[in-house]
Amino acid sequence: MKNFFRIAFLAVLLFGFQFNSNAAEKVEYLKTDWSFKGPFGKFDRAALQRGYQVYQEVCSSCHSMKYLSYRNLVQEGGPEFSVDQAKAIAASFEVKDGPNADGEMFMRPGRLSDKFVMPYDNEKAAQAANGGAYPPDMTVLAKARGGGVDYIYSLLQGYEDPPVGVTLDDGVYYNKYMYGNKIKMSNQLSDGLVEYSDGTNATVEQMAKDVSTFLMWTAEPHLETRHKMGFKAIVYLIILTILVYFSMKKIWSRIETEV
Amino acid sequence: MSEHEYTPKSKFGKWFNDRLPLLTLANHLTDYPTPKNLNYWWTFGGILTFCLITQIVTGLVLAMHYIAHADMAFASVEHIMRDVNYGWLIRYIHANGASMFFLAVYIHIFRSLFYGSYKSPREIIWIIGIIIYLLMMAAAFLGYVLPWGQMSFWGATVITNLFSAIPLVGEGIVTWLWGGYSVDNPTLTRFFTLHYLIPFLILGLVVLHIWALHVPGNNNPVGIDIKKPSKDTVPFHPYIVIKDGFALLMFMIVFAFFVFYTPNILGHADNYIEANPLVTPAHIVPEWYLLPFYAILRSVPDKLLGVIAMLSAILILAALPWLDTSKIRSAVFRPMYKQFYWILVADVLILGYVGAMPAEGLYLLIARIATAYYFIHFLVILPILGFRERTIPVPLSITESVLGGSPNLAVAKKKDNFQSQ
Repeated sequence: MKNFFRIAFLAVLLFGFQFNSNAAEKVEYLKTDWSFKGPFGKFDRAALQRGYQVYQEVCSSCHSMKYLSYRNLVQEGGPEFSVDQAKAIAASFEVKDGPNADGEMFMRPGRLSDKFVMPYDNEKAAQAANGGAYPPDMTVLAKARGGGVDYIYSLLQGYEDPPVGVTLDDGVYYNKYMYGNKIKMSNQLSDGLVEYSDGTNATVEQMAKDVSTFLMWTAEPHLETRHKMGFKAIVYLIILTILVYFSMKKIWSRIETEV
Repeated sequence: MSEHEYTPKSKFGKWFNDRLPLLTLANHLTDYPTPKNLNYWWTFGGILTFCLITQIVTGLVLAMHYIAHADMAFASVEHIMRDVNYGWLIRYIHANGASMFFLAVYIHIFRSLFYGSYKSPREIIWIIGIIIYLLMMAAAFLGYVLPWGQMSFWGATVITNLFSAIPLVGEGIVTWLWGGYSVDNPTLTRFFTLHYLIPFLILGLVVLHIWALHVPGNNNPVGIDIKKPSKDTVPFHPYIVIKDGFALLMFMIVFAFFVFYTPNILGHADNYIEANPLVTPAHIVPEWYLLPFYAILRSVPDKLLGVIAMLSAILILAALPWLDTSKIRSAVFRPMYKQFYWILVADVLILGYVGAMPAEGLYLLIARIATAYYFIHFLVILPILGFRERTIPVPLSITESVLGGSPNLAVAKKKDNFQSQ
């Protein structure tokens, strides 16, 4: 038993180091109560739908979402728009298709099976339009940054005037959560920027939270299934472990040794 | 090994077994006499077998959906995560499975270090184990490259560049490894091929590892030779099978926790950014299980010497059966060795910690001291300790050590040859 605690202590140290190594380079992020955290966490359906709206109206003019299809908006565990709603969303975009029988490319309204339409034709075009900075694809962004959703949530609210002594070039902004504090994206959110169809008051904080929730879903579309399955799997394993433990005790009782 | 001759009961069984003695093998495996005092640290052999099979099975499924192409690899992984049925589950098991595999192998290795399992007559088991460990590191590194994220790309660049430290031919070797003048599509396709190959090499070596184990039989916490079969042993089935099974289930609970609730915590966020040869990440860090060796590599100012130090740190383990001069196996009866053992454990953890930190200032100093100590432990302390240490009397049998305080132990205490080695 003594050994067990010793090992447990070392394990904690080891994993502590892991977290520490990430912590060394980050500031304290803004905290909020995410509905999807914890073993029973689920996405807030309304927040996902609002988050999609923020993405669509604000972010999508620069940030692509290339691994997502319009059909994903319908799927279980996501924003769960109705099929008709999602079809209408898809149809509101023009998609390049072809070649047709005449060998011509043509534009047609989007379908559920289409990938999200990209704001720029290619990376160079995106850079040219954004002062040399490439707006990152947002599909897995929530997993591609050290602080995850907390980082995105904070960054959207982290714009400040630069401290004395810090000079910024044209098209560069000061953000206290950005790595190195200099960011080429200007402050995007302001109170009342979008008009939520469900009547929620569109404060900066609310929009930041909704769009971060949406980005968590785009990064982990199966999060809810994972949480549910994990609970079942672990409960099953624990019960089986207990049964096997007593079987083991019974079998070893034939020998005078303790297990 | 049980010495009695096994004959199948059925006529067909006998006919078959005379031509291919599979039933004799099965009988040997179930009857295999195992020391009855094995503690839970001995269950990690079975756990590691489970890890290997899990990696192979999940890896096969992933390979059916993965595309080894620089332009498509990242997207194909996202395809697995989104559109393949339970693809996210398979991939998270595989990715976290690598970490669990290393967690188990480190416990297994340090178990061996504590109880002197590497000593005569088990040197070959130990050396095969070291080769398996080397192949595991290769497989893990190659596998980490496949998702073609930023850490994949830059990790591959850093590690393959180590070969450029070799005088004269180094640069040529690196170009040959890459299949070009930088890490690119040819690198990815060959890494995928090798990543697919290595687990089967490991599987073959595991068979040899177990075969070599079954010749002398298991070491045990007391570290003494035992008669087999005797009252000191139990048949592998059902006693060890159920105990290994119980430990495996406990291990699977921890495994499941990582897979279902924190699947990305052991990975690096940068690996969800697609590889970009034009953007170097702020810190290039290997996976946690390679950090101690990474720290050793960086603690030496010269590139070539750093690579040599890193390789020596692993290869020195193969010489361990001859570096440790003590005749007593188990640290239980070696009070001084026990202290040094825990210092070594702490030393390796410290190396792991500084391996994750930038190689500068205090971290670099700590890394250098810890690296020096690592080698001193194996090259100086262990050889001397065997001659100097006053060991505690070893019991004559396992039964005696389990029951404790038997008259035999008192007799043993009087025997001079047990007083000091």
